[in-house]
Amino acid sequence: MQMATSWTIDGAKDALAAKKISARELAAEFYTRINEKNSDLNAYLTLSPERARRQTDRIDALVAEGKPLPPLAGVPVAIKDVISTRGIKTTCGSKILQNYVPPYDATAVERLEAAGAVILGKTNCDEFAMGSSNENSAYGPVKNPLSPDRVPGGSSGGSAAVVAAGLAVASLGTDTGGSIRQPGSFCGIPAMMGSYGRVSRYGLIAFASSLDRIGPFATNVKDVATILQAIAGRDPHDSTSTTAPVPDYRAELGKPVKGLRLGIPKEYFGEGMDAGVRKKVEAGIEVFKKLGCQLVEIRMPHTDYAIATYYIIATAEASSNLARYDGVRYGLRVDDDSLLAMYRKTRGAGFGAEVKRRIVLGTYVLSAGYYDAYYLKGQKVRALIAQDFRDAFTKVDAILTPTSPVPPFKLGERTDDPLQMYLADIYTVTGSLAGVPGISVPCGKIDGKLPVGLQIFGPPFGETRVLQLADAFEQAGGAAV
Amino acid sequence: MKISREDVLRVAELAYLDLSEAELEMYRAQIDEILEYIGKLNELDTAKVEPMAQVLSDDQTADATLREDLIVPCAVAEDVLKHAPDPEPPYFRVPKVIER
Repeated sequence: MQMATSWTIDGAKDALAAKKISARELAAEFYTRINEKNSDLNAYLTLSPERARRQTDRIDALVAEGKPLPPLAGVPVAIKDVISTRGIKTTCGSKILQNYVPPYDATAVERLEAAGAVILGKTNCDEFAMGSSNENSAYGPVKNPLSPDRVPGGSSGGSAAVVAAGLAVASLGTDTGGSIRQPGSFCGIPAMMGSYGRVSRYGLIAFASSLDRIGPFATNVKDVATILQAIAGRDPHDSTSTTAPVPDYRAELGKPVKGLRLGIPKEYFGEGMDAGVRKKVEAGIEVFKKLGCQLVEIRMPHTDYAIATYYIIATAEASSNLARYDGVRYGLRVDDDSLLAMYRKTRGAGFGAEVKRRIVLGTYVLSAGYYDAYYLKGQKVRALIAQDFRDAFTKVDAILTPTSPVPPFKLGERTDDPLQMYLADIYTVTGSLAGVPGISVPCGKIDGKLPVGLQIFGPPFGETRVLQLADAFEQAGGAAV
Repeated sequence: MKISREDVLRVAELAYLDLSEAELEMYRAQIDEILEYIGKLNELDTAKVEPMAQVLSDDQTADATLREDLIVPCAVAEDVLKHAPDPEPPYFRVPKVIER
């Protein structure tokens, strides 16, 4: 598929300020393209032209009055459908919320709009963000815009696909075990998860609260930094959002990375990695070497236990968070004369296969007699995985790994085996469990066709360094290795 | 075998989740395989490890002081009820729960 006109955030803002285009015209240009392409991609679930129009009117009025423009003035963006948008249907990719209209905005959405962004619509995703291929959406899979017989990754597949296909300048996704970074990698665009606590989760419909994070997709690293800047920071509505000050994420972009120490963990380059991915990631690491970075081989000995740990903790938290869908206050209800039967039928009919599987597993690991063996054990190993990262960051400034062990796979290729699907998250879940920030940046294409992502982890609240490295890599031609 | 058919039935009951016969057997087999895989955690001696109950370390935590106990208006009741499956403003209606 041909890549569409590539607008960037600054490009859009400059064009508006110079009156080369109005915010309304820019949004219309995107909606035209969406109408042409979305029926093939299935990346948007709901469009919000009225809300977009109110915002473009506001921005165009600022331009007309010659007032200063906010940092995201007129920038068309898309929001993953697990993030609440007041008055706009938010389904979480689930039948159980097929008519749900939130009465409030997520803080990240509110902040994007306050910064001038124009919300075009809501993007498709795996049901309740549970999946690695977007094939668990109740509304059908998203196609990879670079290779339509392949998956866009998941769970934020729609948010990745709309940016890659030129149907939004940037988007928000959510990452619990890799759900931003892996689709970013599969769709060939940069995608970032900030530190746990950096972006408010208020209004993010919960999957696993100790892991869930909201973060940006864009066509370039600088735009990723700009979006993160707009949404980061303390929010009284989320007690886990930190009071740590938000630095200027663009301040270090373009500064030399020479002399920085980058850890290459042996455990991320073992068996199970596709040979094509390995070749590209090794070439990517060479780029950093040429930039003058010092490469340090490190060990992160508990990496191999991360998937097992993740699928205990994430499913346990999910089983608890998803208890709220009971047919009483919102969403689907399947009637019955008895309240308990109504709960059971509603949940049995409303949830899809992967969600039910995780509720059963999560309830099991928390249940009497199994809590110590599974949940408590998982929390202890989580502590060891976090310690691996702390130890590593005493030796290095950042860590380089592949984002995914495999390139985008074919639609339907992995749906029959949940464990194999889970193992696709092997390089991303570690950072999720540890709470550290991570970005995936494009790192070449296998046979010029299938995108590969390079992942950069930084220490907690080390977003500035992660972005600086990702930008340096992009500027040095990393996307074409 | 890590998980039996009875275990899945018990857990589905705890989670208020109707499962069909086919789902029951499918989930049992798949979860059995997943639990088998998860068993690898027993290779690690964690007797002396503190469980990680929260992500942020003490120096990174959010504002540790409790917020003031203030009543703030929250005018969403009408919007919320509008989209409820069976609203009877200002209530949600549910099947009868108390037998006389």
